[in-house]
Amino acid sequence: MKTDGRPAVSEALHEITLTVNGVVREAKVPGRRLLSDCLRHELGLTGTHVGCEHGVCGCCTVLLDGDPVRSCLTFAVSVDGHEITTVEGLSGPGGELSPVQRAFSECHALQCGFCTPGFLCTVTALLRDNPAPTEDEVVEGISGNLCRCTGYQNIVKAVHRAAELMGDEA
Amino acid sequence: MKPSAFDYHAPRTLGETLEVLAGAGPHGKVLAGGQSLIPLLNMRLAAPSHLVDINRVTSLDTIAVRDGGVRVGALARHAAVERSAAVARAQPLLGAALRLVAHPVIRNRGTVVGSLVHADPSAELPAVLTVLDGSVRLARHGGGERDVPAGEFFTGPLESATEPGELAVSAFFPALPARAGSAFCEVARRHGDYAMAGAAAVVVLDEDLRIASARVACVSAGPVPVLLDMSEVCAHRPAASDDWDAVARAVRDLIDPEGDIHATAGYRRHLTGVLAARALRIAAQEATEDRDDATGGPR
Amino acid sequence: MTTKLFGERVQRREDLRLITGQGRYVDDLGRDALAAAFVRSPHAHARIRDIDVSAAVDVDGLVAIYTWEDLPERVRDPLPLLIPHPALTHGRTAYPLARDIVRHVGEPVVMVVARDRYLAEDAAALIEVDYEFLKPVVGIEEAAQGAHLVHEDVPGNLGAHLVQEVPSASGAGAREAIEAAPHTLAFRLDFERSASMPLEGRGVYARWDPDDRSLRVYSSTQTSTSVRMAVAAKLGLPLPSVEVIAPDVGGGFGVKIVHPWPEEVLVPWAAMLLGREVKWTEDRREHFISSAHERGQVQHVRVGFDGEGRILGLDVTILHDHGAYTPYGIIVPIITATQLLGPYRIGAYRVEFSSIYTNTVQVTPYRGAGRPQGVFCMERTMDRIAAHLGLDRADVRAANFIQPGDFPYDQGLIFQDGRPLIYDSGDYPESLRMIKELIGWDGFAALKAEAAAEGRTIGIGLGCYVEGTGVGPYEGGHVQVTSDGRVHVSTGLTSQGQGHETVFAQIAATELGVPLDRVSVVTGDTRRFGYAVGTFASRAAVMSGNAIALACRKVRDKALRIAAEALEADPRDLEIEDGMVRVAGNPGASIALATVAVLSNPLRYAFDEEAKRATQFSGAASMDRPPVAEGEEPGLEGRDYYSPVRSTFASGMHAAIVETDPDTAEIKILRYAVVHDCGRLINPMIVEGQIHGGVAQGVGGALYERMVYDAHGQLLNASFMDFLMPYATEVPFIETAHLETPSPLNPLGIKGAGEAGVIPVSAVIAAAIEDAEGITIDRMPISPSELHELRGRATS
Ligand SMILES: Cc1cc2nc3c(=O)[nH]c(=O)nc-3n(C[C@H](O)[C@H](O)[C@H](O)COP(=O)(O)OP(=O)(O)OC[C@H]3O[C@@H](n4cnc5c(N)ncnc54)[C@H](O)[C@@H]3O)c2cc1C
Ligand code: FES
Ligand code: FES
Repeated sequence: MKTDGRPAVSEALHEITLTVNGVVREAKVPGRRLLSDCLRHELGLTGTHVGCEHGVCGCCTVLLDGDPVRSCLTFAVSVDGHEITTVEGLSGPGGELSPVQRAFSECHALQCGFCTPGFLCTVTALLRDNPAPTEDEVVEGISGNLCRCTGYQNIVKAVHRAAELMGDEA
Repeated sequence: MKPSAFDYHAPRTLGETLEVLAGAGPHGKVLAGGQSLIPLLNMRLAAPSHLVDINRVTSLDTIAVRDGGVRVGALARHAAVERSAAVARAQPLLGAALRLVAHPVIRNRGTVVGSLVHADPSAELPAVLTVLDGSVRLARHGGGERDVPAGEFFTGPLESATEPGELAVSAFFPALPARAGSAFCEVARRHGDYAMAGAAAVVVLDEDLRIASARVACVSAGPVPVLLDMSEVCAHRPAASDDWDAVARAVRDLIDPEGDIHATAGYRRHLTGVLAARALRIAAQEATEDRDDATGGPR
Repeated sequence: MTTKLFGERVQRREDLRLITGQGRYVDDLGRDALAAAFVRSPHAHARIRDIDVSAAVDVDGLVAIYTWEDLPERVRDPLPLLIPHPALTHGRTAYPLARDIVRHVGEPVVMVVARDRYLAEDAAALIEVDYEFLKPVVGIEEAAQGAHLVHEDVPGNLGAHLVQEVPSASGAGAREAIEAAPHTLAFRLDFERSASMPLEGRGVYARWDPDDRSLRVYSSTQTSTSVRMAVAAKLGLPLPSVEVIAPDVGGGFGVKIVHPWPEEVLVPWAAMLLGREVKWTEDRREHFISSAHERGQVQHVRVGFDGEGRILGLDVTILHDHGAYTPYGIIVPIITATQLLGPYRIGAYRVEFSSIYTNTVQVTPYRGAGRPQGVFCMERTMDRIAAHLGLDRADVRAANFIQPGDFPYDQGLIFQDGRPLIYDSGDYPESLRMIKELIGWDGFAALKAEAAAEGRTIGIGLGCYVEGTGVGPYEGGHVQVTSDGRVHVSTGLTSQGQGHETVFAQIAATELGVPLDRVSVVTGDTRRFGYAVGTFASRAAVMSGNAIALACRKVRDKALRIAAEALEADPRDLEIEDGMVRVAGNPGASIALATVAVLSNPLRYAFDEEAKRATQFSGAASMDRPPVAEGEEPGLEGRDYYSPVRSTFASGMHAAIVETDPDTAEIKILRYAVVHDCGRLINPMIVEGQIHGGVAQGVGGALYERMVYDAHGQLLNASFMDFLMPYATEVPFIETAHLETPSPLNPLGIKGAGEAGVIPVSAVIAAAIEDAEGITIDRMPISPSELHELRGRATS
């Protein structure tokens, strides 16, 4: 792995402001700081996980202005001024679990839990846009997230269950 | 897997962007959706010293249906183009192909123009631009703009006509004429993966509903999208009665794909034939229905 | 025991923190720790001539650079060979940092420590290593020819060679029996490499406390107790000064049972040396090229059988690709060789394997651990016999089954734990009946004909397996009831998503008669429990589950003794329900378990209101006996161990229906059915989750995943873009039925369930594709491209 990686003698830092889970947060980051690393290490929100750093696994998925994106394929500085929601921000203000969170637990849709934050963010947006998805829409909706533990069956079940819970509450 | 250091630029206007790009010259890279570039940076397979982030240049976030086609600005995300009802009406092939590009979450960030400039021969959109005879508009500081037709835009695997200092500001996807249909077919290893083989097809019928023109652009079949004019092979047969096996054979004879870890060259050749014929058949079918439409006319 | 929780679909207690982002995985800890990165070999086989770090030393934030030369005694020694075996005559392990020679792409050469990972990678990129190329040895058969050597002193690249032979009842050897058999077949099978590939890679974070000279290490490991011993030994620290904790672990599937990894030694060592916290988080590329893979084998089979398909003699020769090193010994090929026999009673068996070194990533167990290859061999053999004789594939299997009355059944082999391979229980004919019914085996011919009429190609396949689970030597459990009535359970083995906090709590709650929410469980933390083996081989529930049950029974006995005294009753008349000890049939006479806990610990000092009851002037104690009676200990706690004489054998059968596309050769699984017998179920929801996950990995192994090395030893698909783990779109719906044949070997009657799902999948899918296509499938995985090529060969 040979690069021309010039020694970063004094890497410029950028001051950024993100609204994360409704809270305004400031950080000083070099241009190359990935949003995933910024959330985890600068802001201490370690619920967002990193499984590949090349966009395939989906563990790092967060909501950027409401839409799911890969935080490992986003530079923190690029989203200066934007709103981010991470898994830590999915519960209600009093800490009550969201329907998606409850459904995941109820349906045993997680084992090691490493992929779970990415799924939860993806599914939260999916159900917001499509409150009653078909089986195919559910599978398509989560098709960009890898899970090595569950075989997905219970995740699919949980998405339907979450839709049901949301319907009940609406 | 962390990128090496670079100077980060965040211009807000097109003029500023072109100026920064001109200054950076060969050491600069445009950052659009980052869905292809950032993996390369993370793996340190690319290490530009200047990164010019166009995500704040809101004037590039445009999708316009006019001049007989769809013009997509450099900041229009896959998802936005896919969801646009106007695009679906004007050029349905774009949406059909976009649904096969990666996964929904990647499409929320990746851009159509970025995908074209990235020029992956396995990517869907370069094939779409090619089969439609579209073009990419490039701009440089002080140099005005130039439109490069698809046939000249893709110059090699991951290589396009975009020169250092240039920005692709938009891409143009022409609409289809009357009595025309299109389709995109592909086979990927997993849903959402780059395709092992695929084909974007456009068929135009004559007044007697016989095939007047049949074009197909093949994915993963060469260093750039491989455009095949199958009009001769399909010549003047009614869409429903064409010998699609013969078309598949002809496609196989015309291409020379390479093998890789997912598909042998032989399989790819075979599969491209199957998919090209399939895409042409569906396109021809669509063209027939297009004629049957009460309104008719170009869509 | 009325608090019935054993066997219930109890929701997991670990979920709350994991769905709210409050889990603690290694990289979530140590925010201020220094970061380590490694320069790894880009070559498969080379001699290191020189390492030039001069360009790296100016990097901002650089703290240290280490090469092998910098390592002190013991730390610099080769890593341990964890499981020695007499047949492993040429075991070889790596140095923590390469010394002179690198033997696979990815082997660590230089360690860099810097302020953060970005800077550490900057420095690593600037370090120049000068290599002299050596001939890479790639490909199992090429390696076996021994023209070029991976290790200069290992002739023929042969690490181990083992033959096991079981004669027939009449004393004939397998080869003899095959010669004499009415029918014989001979063929070759291939199985390619895959890998565990947990979504969290490995990771190590070490804190050295210079004041009390103690070390705390967090590692994403499947065995914290053993890492602790290894680290203490390597660093020359007294064992009590080292603690190792496996926090939340993002999947293991085998790869994290290997230890100590180079990083598990080097990171703590650097933390001690630098007096700073140091952390290393493996990235995905590192995981591909520097952890471990599994599965690659070539098998040569000869089989002799009678007209009903009964096997009279089976002779299997296996070439096993072991990669560059053998830290985990030859467990994988031993398991293949022994578990190959599955649910069958066969005439005479001979199995021989050669474990071969290649210049590739080392091979250590991945979920299933050699069984998928063994089952592939046996089940492909069954299908070939059926095809040869024109018999139904299920009938041939049935003709060979060990019958329910045959248990315990001795296969006459030595298993991976060095003990005889004796099956404890099972009901294979019933399993077969169930799977045939579930998948609709008997009606399939009609379905197939219908599909054919529509121009569709479908096929059905079946596969059976037996899995030795719950291998020893032992696990332990500690259970403590505190004076607030809470029950604290700990066990040394670790968790990677199996739901141990839930199932062990279910066991403890059931045994002790307390509500589930009073029980908390800690695993994998050497501060809580120091003696353990680890989580692998589907052993956690069997081993720790039983140990915890036994420890609970000790606590319960003690609680009843103390309560009996307080209630002036006979302990035999007492029961515990809902945290209250009461006299059966007399609800008035009861005492809270919390109070029993108070009384169990005679006190001088009252630290709270409740504690007063146990102090010396409270009048609670008898004046005739010492406050702590002979043979008793203070406190309501118990520790016990479970150490079985041998493994317990779970079993199951899978069946699938696939469709192949006549044009594109795409392969789609239409239905997948599982019948599973792991003895008594502690929590069916969790067992089903294990099955789903296992089958999904099996589907990956059958149709998508492989490690593609080129002739230079470069791994061509070291990313998730090209190593194709299935997404939701690739995994079929899995239909599951349970059969419960309790194990007579352990108090809870349970068998392991962790690995089962993955084991027969390749065999089943191969059989189904073969049935659909009428083309012999003798290597897995299979892709559309390969199916296309096979079709071409079949017609040419
Ligand atoms: C997991 C995964 C799966 C994927 N699967 C597919 C797939 O199946 N099919 C597919 O087609 N794509 C796939 N992609 C790629 C995705 O579609 C990208 O979004 C797209 O290829 C590039 O668009 P971008 O906006 O992200 O470009 P970037 O990554 O930002 O840029 C890509 C390249 O183009 C240059 N560039 C971008 N915009 C401009 C511009 N306006 N002017 C000049 N240069 C520019 C950049 O400098 C860079 O060299 C996948 C990506 C991921 C992570
Ligand atoms: S870590 Fe971002 S997609 Fe895997
Ligand atoms: S629960 Fe472990 S990866 Fe999904």
